[in-house]
Amino acid sequence: MTHIGIPSSLFYYVYFPMWKVFFEELKNVKVVTSGETTREILDKGVSEALADACVPVKVFFGHVLTLRNKVDYLFIPRIVCLNRKTVYCPKFLGLPDMIRYGLSDMPPIIDVRIDTRKMRSAVYRAFNTVGQILQAKKQNILRAYLKARLAQFKFKRLLRRGWQPPEAMAAVLNGRKSNLPADPPGQLRFAVVGYPYIIHDRYISVDVINKLRRMGVSVVTSDNPPPLALRMQRYDCGKILFWTFSDRTLRAAHYFAKQGKVDGIIHLTAFGCGPDSIVDRFIQYNSSSHHIPFMSLSIDEHSGEAGVSTRLEAFVDMVRRKKGEKMNA
Amino acid sequence: MRKVTFPHVGESYRTFKMLLNDLGNEVILPPRPSRRTLNLGVQHVPEFACLPLKILMGTYLETLERGANVIVTSGGVGPCRAGLYAEVHKKVLHDMGYQVEMIVFEPPRLHPINFIRNVHKLNPARLSIKAIIECIKRAWRKLQALDNVEKATHVIRPKEIRQGDTSRTYKKVLEWIDSAYTMDEIVEAEKAALEELHNIPQDPERMILKVGIVGEIYVLLEPASNLEIEEMLGNMGVEVERSMFLTGWTRDNTWKETVQGMTVKEAAEPYLPELIGGHGRDSIGNTVLYAKRNFDGVIQLAPFTCIPEIVARTILTSVSKDYNIPVLTFFLDEQTGKAGMATRLEAFVDLMKRKKTKIKQNKLLPASSF
Repeated sequence: MTHIGIPSSLFYYVYFPMWKVFFEELKNVKVVTSGETTREILDKGVSEALADACVPVKVFFGHVLTLRNKVDYLFIPRIVCLNRKTVYCPKFLGLPDMIRYGLSDMPPIIDVRIDTRKMRSAVYRAFNTVGQILQAKKQNILRAYLKARLAQFKFKRLLRRGWQPPEAMAAVLNGRKSNLPADPPGQLRFAVVGYPYIIHDRYISVDVINKLRRMGVSVVTSDNPPPLALRMQRYDCGKILFWTFSDRTLRAAHYFAKQGKVDGIIHLTAFGCGPDSIVDRFIQYNSSSHHIPFMSLSIDEHSGEAGVSTRLEAFVDMVRRKKGEKMNA
Repeated sequence: MRKVTFPHVGESYRTFKMLLNDLGNEVILPPRPSRRTLNLGVQHVPEFACLPLKILMGTYLETLERGANVIVTSGGVGPCRAGLYAEVHKKVLHDMGYQVEMIVFEPPRLHPINFIRNVHKLNPARLSIKAIIECIKRAWRKLQALDNVEKATHVIRPKEIRQGDTSRTYKKVLEWIDSAYTMDEIVEAEKAALEELHNIPQDPERMILKVGIVGEIYVLLEPASNLEIEEMLGNMGVEVERSMFLTGWTRDNTWKETVQGMTVKEAAEPYLPELIGGHGRDSIGNTVLYAKRNFDGVIQLAPFTCIPEIVARTILTSVSKDYNIPVLTFFLDEQTGKAGMATRLEAFVDLMKRKKTKIKQNKLLPASSF
């Protein structure tokens, strides 16, 4: 039995269903994840990673360290480009190397390079290489790949219907069925935009999404809008942003602002995030031109429950009062 | 009336002034970045943007005060965020109410039409294509002359007998090159300048440490942004070799990858096979090359929150261990102070000195033997 370790961070929130189904479909392979982020994981990451790195990288280091002695391989693909236009943030491009040379005693890392700008079939080829490393048969790999794509399709369909990735992941992989609660009328609706590995990591985001829900606010995130609508979205900043997640965040913010169905936009960003310094400013300009309340919430490894709650409460109160005035007038 | 300005990168402004004047533009010279420049810049740009963006913002605001209304700058195609800075600057400046035109040069290899259009915009004298090429050639030669003179100061400064001689002479000879106009004059001025520098009284016996400097291009090239680290090191008796000069970088990024560029890439290959934007891969490759050439140490300079350099720094710990070469990293931002930097440099120099003495006594193996 080969154990494959997949750290529950970064790409986990976007591609985990696909990876899990693929590996489990190959014979004699078991997927091991590092579970949800905890204080312990974060502390481990903080002590090993470079102080100047952003929180998600530190968290990732922590997750990898948790898996160190439990697996035969670590799966950290080098995803460069998947849409033939934008690449991923530099930290993703150097991720396998950072782990290999930044940490000691690591199990072998499977780091296939995926770049669809060179070849349209790059994704399948990458899976094929991974399958060969694990000594699987050709038709076995193909079947696993197709099943993986199907799982990913189901996952994305749930996202489009308004589910959030952790819930959708559980539904796809465990077959748990639960329906989303319908929004009662008169309620507030917020868009939380940002990178999936920040928004949906319940520990480092200080559980912003569920906090908002408890305050009677229904939440949509940048994972929910249909991909095609996002791709059609124009933002005028002269150039497109170079990084896929940043580009998606900015497009989502524009989409929500233009659609006008949300009462406020919250941009969740990590302290010291390079691309976000630009994204945040562009979202700010756009939200003010659409007259939508906007808050930028930056989190780091020291974010406290109380501080974030206070800021969220203040923002919710402000938006609620504004909406009340509008309705009365 | 159009008044053109551009970013301040080291001494290169002398060349750009000449080139833009030749093409018939009125030029507003960018001032050397100072505390005030940085304070102005920090007020208006995002907090986590990197130091170059903040300094450039301050520089633009200072030149706009002096009446400039056209800014010439460089673009980029990623994945380094510097490629978007022109757009950020434009948005911020327009938002502040400045009516300013930005002329952004993208890599001509990928965007030839953009290049031709921009040159046309900057050519109110309506020179012929032949004349423009002649002007660019002359400017290029001047840029090379400036780089060569700067390189010479790095070698001479640690050996100078009277401290400050090199810096004083350097200031003087820069004016000679500045006033040279024709091709012959430039060549002659460069020769005279190098001669003048080599005439500085030097102590050939002194133990000289050799340090390579790697990192992000702007903080390498602009002494005001790295708190004159090269001068500081020179005064401590350290010969500096910088991995990047404007002429070398421009050649690599506008036309083709040179032979030297290839070897840097190859040197970095075992550690980082991917281009991660900015100068992350160059930092790793150059560190390996410096180690193979038996340098005593490497200093990495990077702006705070620069992701490519953070990735490089993480990997450099292994490079440093594998080749047994000390690496010191400075993440620079508006809070960096000169005294703190000097203390760290002194400690680093002491460490390298002790190591060098040990190698001389055959107690330790040099970096190239790893």
